[in-house]
Amino acid sequence: MISFLIYKAILVGVVFGITLFIAAYSTYAERKVAAFLQDRIGPDRAGPFGILQPLADGLKFIMKEEIIPNVSNKILFVLGPSIAMLTALMAGVVIPWGSTLVINGETYSLQIVDLNIGILYVFAVVSIGVYGIMIGGWASNNKFSLLGAIRASAQMISYEIAMGLSIIALIMMTGTLSLREITELQTGAVGSSWNFWNVVYQPVGFLIFLVCAFAECNRTPFDLPECETELVGGYHTEYSSMKLGFYLFAEYINMFISSAVISTLYFGGYNFPFMNDLGMDQNIITIIGTIGLFIKIGFFIFFFMWIRWTIPRFRYDQLMNLGWKILIPLAIINIFITGLFGIL
Amino acid sequence: MDQQQYLSAFGEVLLFILAGVIFILVTLFVSKLIRPSRPNPEKLSTYESGEEAVSSAWSQFNIRFYIIALIFLLFEVEIVFLFPWSTVFANETLIKETKGLWGWFSFVEMVIFILVLALGLAYAWVKGHLDWIKPDPKPTRFSSPVPKEHYHAINEKYKSSK
Repeated sequence: MISFLIYKAILVGVVFGITLFIAAYSTYAERKVAAFLQDRIGPDRAGPFGILQPLADGLKFIMKEEIIPNVSNKILFVLGPSIAMLTALMAGVVIPWGSTLVINGETYSLQIVDLNIGILYVFAVVSIGVYGIMIGGWASNNKFSLLGAIRASAQMISYEIAMGLSIIALIMMTGTLSLREITELQTGAVGSSWNFWNVVYQPVGFLIFLVCAFAECNRTPFDLPECETELVGGYHTEYSSMKLGFYLFAEYINMFISSAVISTLYFGGYNFPFMNDLGMDQNIITIIGTIGLFIKIGFFIFFFMWIRWTIPRFRYDQLMNLGWKILIPLAIINIFITGLFGIL
Repeated sequence: MDQQQYLSAFGEVLLFILAGVIFILVTLFVSKLIRPSRPNPEKLSTYESGEEAVSSAWSQFNIRFYIIALIFLLFEVEIVFLFPWSTVFANETLIKETKGLWGWFSFVEMVIFILVLALGLAYAWVKGHLDWIKPDPKPTRFSSPVPKEHYHAINEKYKSSK
């Protein structure tokens, strides 16, 4: 019992640590990538190459004076960013970070818990994330915040439908909602049976999912909720100190989690080509697989940033048209085609 | 280690969530201990581009957001029904037992279900609820037993007395 609890506590701690670490360094990476794309140097003062910049930023967030406007609803004002942060952290629990490790005859799974409704859980948690933004924006009692919050909610619920429909097309092929089982269906094996990554079977579904992931994370070109040319700071106009930090941090954690989900669903998760054919030990395969998963995640995080500094923002009517008139019908057609292929 | 189940799967999710809550509370508390607090009326006023804030933000906003939310609800319920269906659709034992008939049966069933809902989407589309920029509003056609000239005459009559 005790060893079980220690193992789970270590796993929870490690997943939290890695999530926060990657989110913190995504902020650094974002600024470096932006600097690279715009032919600048980027942060280079805190430590060599500015490598300590995230620490400096975090420290500043903690030490800044906090201002809560007099006319705001104080309880909800605190609750908003907390919910945003919590939902961002919650999704990491079901993601299979790796296969199993065998140490002293005991099998250790590199996934905190394999829910049999894993993808549905992620989907639900992402939906709750809207509340964080909505509550925070409303509680500020600021016109910019309210507009940003309403925009964010309308945008997120619109794209959630297309996202759900694209996941359904995938599940019609795999027949399971568990993320580990979906990953294991993509295990590569040469000779007897070729298992390709799901992106080969679901290219349209992958594209829809990717676009919706951008919208759900409020990233450019879908960052209308915090569209600074119109709405100052959007839903977090009135926020300062650690609560602003929570909102910004939640965005980067969401980015990390959606990259992980995309890699797991469509790009084989911790699988890598020829993994069972080189005659390697199970533990070594697991370790290489986990590193491979993080490389895939890193690529998608970079992709998020690449898009952000390349493509301008949508207009709100274009955003709604894309969501309702293109992505949803496309996702429904995708389900039909997947269904027909599944039968024939 | 996994064979020993001391907690249900959702119990472990709960542990994870609790760890998240503790992390957030500790961060907020530490931040509260460290940061300075020197409020003044200027700082505590609402930001409105440097102007004095006019009225409260808690007032009416565009009804279109409400309609979008309504349509969303419809489709979200559809997706809730589709999730269990999609797992059963690919069930290989069922397909084998019915010699492939199961696939057609569940497929046609779901086509009917989706068509009914797609009809809803088409309705909202045709009615223009999905258009964010509304076309110029057209006056509704109506036929009144009172001719237009009478209204005009009344307007003219009371114009001078204003």
